[in-house]
Amino acid sequence: MNGPTFTIDGRSVPFTEGQSIIQAAREAGIYIPHLCYHPEFRPHGSCRLCVVEAGGRSVPACSTPAVAGQQVRNRTERLDRMRRTLVELLFVEGNHFCPACPKSGNCKLQAVGYWLRMLDTPFPYLFPRRELDASHHDVLLDRDRCIFCELCVRASREVDRKNLFAIGGKGTRCRLLVNSPDGRLGSSGLSLGDRALQVCPTGALLPRKGAFHVPVGRRLYDGRSIAESDE
Amino acid sequence: MTDGARNESGGLRRVRIDPVTRVEGHGRVTLLLDENNRVAQARLHIVEFRGFEKFIQGRPCEEVPILVQRLCGICPVSHLLAASKVLDQLAGVERLTPAAQKQRRLLHLGQVLQSHALHFFYLAAPDLLFGFDSEAQRRNIIGMLERNRDIALQGIRIRKYGQEVIRIICGKRIHGTGPLPGGMNKPLTGADRDHLLADIEQVVRWCQEGLALVRGIYLGNKEYQTRFAVFPSNFLSLVRPDGALELYDGRLRARDAEGQTVFDQVECRDYQRHLREEVRSWSYMKFPFLRALGSGNGWYRVGPLARINNCDSITTPLAEQARREFVQHGAGRPVHASLACHWARMIEALHCAEAIRELLDDPELLGRDLLVEGETSRREAVGVIEAPRGTLFHHYRIDGEGLVAKANLIVSTTSNNQAMNEAIRRVAAEYLDGRTLTEGLLNHIEVAIRAYDPCLSCATHALGRMPLRVELYDAGGELLNTLVKNGK
Ligand code: SF4
Repeated sequence: MNGPTFTIDGRSVPFTEGQSIIQAAREAGIYIPHLCYHPEFRPHGSCRLCVVEAGGRSVPACSTPAVAGQQVRNRTERLDRMRRTLVELLFVEGNHFCPACPKSGNCKLQAVGYWLRMLDTPFPYLFPRRELDASHHDVLLDRDRCIFCELCVRASREVDRKNLFAIGGKGTRCRLLVNSPDGRLGSSGLSLGDRALQVCPTGALLPRKGAFHVPVGRRLYDGRSIAESDE
Repeated sequence: MTDGARNESGGLRRVRIDPVTRVEGHGRVTLLLDENNRVAQARLHIVEFRGFEKFIQGRPCEEVPILVQRLCGICPVSHLLAASKVLDQLAGVERLTPAAQKQRRLLHLGQVLQSHALHFFYLAAPDLLFGFDSEAQRRNIIGMLERNRDIALQGIRIRKYGQEVIRIICGKRIHGTGPLPGGMNKPLTGADRDHLLADIEQVVRWCQEGLALVRGIYLGNKEYQTRFAVFPSNFLSLVRPDGALELYDGRLRARDAEGQTVFDQVECRDYQRHLREEVRSWSYMKFPFLRALGSGNGWYRVGPLARINNCDSITTPLAEQARREFVQHGAGRPVHASLACHWARMIEALHCAEAIRELLDDPELLGRDLLVEGETSRREAVGVIEAPRGTLFHHYRIDGEGLVAKANLIVSTTSNNQAMNEAIRRVAAEYLDGRTLTEGLLNHIEVAIRAYDPCLSCATHALGRMPLRVELYDAGGELLNTLVKNGK
């Protein structure tokens, strides 16, 4: 191995020029938590979960290029505490009722919460009022579960070439907008095979048929953490 | 909230009822005296369930069965199954495959078994074995373990077995998944079946012993048992087409206090033609009654006592034998004693164990054909099941987008509401000494409530000791006395 390397928590990680820290880490089998990052799409840098320490600064691993010889710290108590706080905030900003969510066991938000040992949240729940959209025959849009990662926005634009989604509003009024004549999913032309639907990390965009079809024990994160099964 | 609008019961006055400010985790009872200082009314204030009905409004129907099982931590499977029955019909499925049907039945039997074991061994037996007046600290499963180790361990193991049935089917002992609209989500394997078969004989035996124990206690102190909280009532339950005991499916039967049929073989979907629900100003909870008998006389009991009184037979031999002895004790009339609930409950536990054994021997249980596609979907349906505590109704209407437009749930504790009030009233009338509440009275009230195994969160939080707050009001509506007892 003669290519450039850097280290993550003391482990040597090879990379190719232009790769981000998270890309190199993934290839080396090192998990850096993230929610808005997806290998197929350009980094978004909004969830801040992938922030690592490099060169004396805290930087998002998804949009920071790997630098030869650099010492990156990923699993520090400080970083994990910060990440846990971020996830706690995500939980209070939306209405995430995991027990009844068909995505439970396959949900990245939930899995990352488990991985960070989040047990509760010290923050008050904001209980935002967001509209549920069941107008599509095959797909449910439950805005309560949206974390504004914009993966669907990117996938719909870049892969499906439909440009169906956008994020609008600020603060507790922030919500996923649907680009259709009446602003509802039913008239949007979204179809079950759309990548936008598949990349949603939570249960916000969800096929309606098939809820709870995968038995407990065989779901993505049953018996293995998100670090072990990260896509 | 103050109920000042109506003066419902003659000389009785305003009673402050405020479920919001009630002591957290306590069951709350108010006793109302009449002009002559006799107990005229008793009211048990129960966490109400209409919150959930509202809560699921607007939710996608496919999520509802999993959502409603959170109603309860003790019998979530009952809600899961009742709601799933509704979902089957909404999806246009009238009949499941034999394998799916049998899995659900097995799941339900496991659920009833574990719930009955929990109730009898953890909650009721300590009272029954140690006496109601014994040291409160000992009247719990820990005290049982110290003094009646074998019985306590049997209880724990029967419960564990029931939970194991649930875990095998739902993936978790509590709040798992399994039922889908039109079927189940995974086949059972031979290994699953063998795992459950390994202990079933033992479980049947333990249930027999538990039954013998409770029957012995009941008949051993017949005088007391047949005086304590005994009152006539109607009974409601599901039965099979031939009148046999039925826990999972079947049709509705109601009998009056003399055992005469009020209605029989009523299709569950027609329940509203025969049952009505009344709202009373002092409670957020509804009071259901048999329409034919009117709101005054039509209240009824559900649960083990109702089911054993109502059925003509039980399909499994040991439980049927036990039922006959029970019927003999009634001497031609339904058994009305509240404490007979415990006896009836253990007859059912034995039936569950026997029925589980039968199902495990049935090759169809392992069938892999588990899902049926519906043809014409519907917008409204009713699912009824005999939950451990009694008949449970789930009734939903959905809109064109599959969102719940309206939900009506009648949970067993709601049905037994009036019966529990009546039981408390009887006990209070007998044991209230003057105008002061005593610890002894509280104990007796607790025992009377417990016979109905109500779904109060407090009924189980405290290792068999029910945290209770009793308030005594005179005919002028003045609070005379409050006695609070904590769980531990
Ligand atoms: S709907 Fe899903 S993918 Fe789209 S922004 Fe919300 S959470 Fe992200």
